[in-house]
Amino acid sequence: MLRYLLGRLLSLSLSLAAASLVIFLVIEVIPGDPASYMLGLNATEETVAALRADLGLDGTRTERYFDWVGGMLTGDFGTSYTYRVPVAELVADRLWVSLPLAAIALLLSTALAFPLGTLAAATRGRVTDYGIMGATQLGIAVPNFWFAMLLVLVFAITLQWFSAGGFPGWSDPLAALKALTLPAVALALPQASILARVMRSALLDTLGQDYIRTARAKGLSRRQAVLRHALRNALIPALTIIGLQFSFLLAGAIIIENVFFLPGLGRLIFQGITQRDLIVVESVTMLLVFAVILVTFLVDIAYAAVDPRLRTR
Amino acid sequence: MPRAFLIGAVPTALFLLAALLSLAWTPHDVEALQISARLLPPGGDYLLGTDQFGRDLLSMLMVGARTSIAVALVAVGIGMGLGVPLGLAAAATRGSLLDEIIMRGNDLIFAFPSLVIAILITAVFGPSAVNAILAIGIFNIPVFARVARGGALSLWTLDYVRAARVAGKGSVRISAEHILPNIANLLIVQATIQFSLGILAEAALSYVGLGAQPPTPSWGRMLAEAQTMIYTAPRLALLPGLAIVAMVLGLNLMGDGLRDMLDPRLRRVRA
Repeated sequence: MLRYLLGRLLSLSLSLAAASLVIFLVIEVIPGDPASYMLGLNATEETVAALRADLGLDGTRTERYFDWVGGMLTGDFGTSYTYRVPVAELVADRLWVSLPLAAIALLLSTALAFPLGTLAAATRGRVTDYGIMGATQLGIAVPNFWFAMLLVLVFAITLQWFSAGGFPGWSDPLAALKALTLPAVALALPQASILARVMRSALLDTLGQDYIRTARAKGLSRRQAVLRHALRNALIPALTIIGLQFSFLLAGAIIIENVFFLPGLGRLIFQGITQRDLIVVESVTMLLVFAVILVTFLVDIAYAAVDPRLRTR
Repeated sequence: MPRAFLIGAVPTALFLLAALLSLAWTPHDVEALQISARLLPPGGDYLLGTDQFGRDLLSMLMVGARTSIAVALVAVGIGMGLGVPLGLAAAATRGSLLDEIIMRGNDLIFAFPSLVIAILITAVFGPSAVNAILAIGIFNIPVFARVARGGALSLWTLDYVRAARVAGKGSVRISAEHILPNIANLLIVQATIQFSLGILAEAALSYVGLGAQPPTPSWGRMLAEAQTMIYTAPRLALLPGLAIVAMVLGLNLMGDGLRDMLDPRLRRVRA
């Protein structure tokens, strides 16, 4: 197990290093100098040069890369060009919107998908199964931002149960949760559809196994056999998908935050792009990639802990 | 033929035809703004009504289909054109350094939240349909590489491949003449799936303003423009969305049907 863990850690660090290099190089390609952009057309060359030095833009490419990576390792994500505050501070503020949003969406999608997938598998080939599978087929095809607009149309404009956008802050937790409800539902729907399908096919696979027949022969009812034996084994593929979905949720949140005008990480990236606040774009993208790679890593470790067969891969 | 394939083929064929037809003819000019004809209800001269600028909705949906299909199709082409040879090379040299490099490179691309990078790419190189294609296409490469490698690996152990080897054929020739035709089924099914994902991705990118630029209509941008009008004219937000759903649903059903038709053993490939 230790050897497996070390191997995975090495590959985690390599992925992170490669990812940081890719992001840095992509950002380097952006035409335009942030310093002259910020100072406008009338700035003298000296002031631009001074600001460049101030922003740490004057070193060579290699120097700047190592400055950036070294800074991130010590929790220094640079200073935003436009807000003039540390990026870490900006990110921390926005995380309080994006993380709860992704977490609620993940919870919702799991809470929906597990029972639905199980029910579909249990009623395989019957009307319930067809109904659930048809609904998930539709759920996969619906773009989440369009679903979000429909939710706004029905629940914010027509019924007026929720506000159409904005975020009141966490000082009033109930109002904050209310503001995140529609966005989380919009995010969760496609994910729940995928997860329910995976859950169904994983369950159907395990239901055909010998140990289920043994359990039934032992005298367990069908329901007991599903709940006690099949479900546990079907959780492994379902967990992989949940891990993968984290990445989709993060990306989806970027779009959904724009639909609902939520001040999250996604909006931060967009503002960074339009305002040429490159250090914000760079660091937030790196953080998102880091989160995804870390989740994949944790899922791998969790498996190896659960299923020793996977350690020798 | 499986029922799913036939049901899915209907909307897909409809949109393909509409897209093709829009090359030669649309009911109205999609670029002409006509304030006197703004927000007309469906019927009469405008079958589906007009938007807030007086543009014909049906014509915009037709050209939008063209944009979506073109972007997604070329993105699939990029993914297949680069991914399949990479996957075949990795399988042919299984366990070698080349295989390792290709697969780790794949893992790296998979690690990026695709939409984040697509947004980054289009933001860096400027929003346009071409950059949207590139952004979506890059993420298709590892998908096809993985499918091709997975399918090819099992074939390399088969007797007829060994026989070809003994007959003196090199890895490249074996990959092209024996492996590729036998994984074509897998690739076609994957291509339909990536096609439908491409339609969704294009819609999302153009919705946030990073896809095809005005005045070229695209489904995603039609939705973005309709958002402020959702109270006065919900129809403007409903129709493009329905078009996306119908197209994606059709492609997914076709993919499922194709999979069942081409190889029942593959039922579990899609996750």
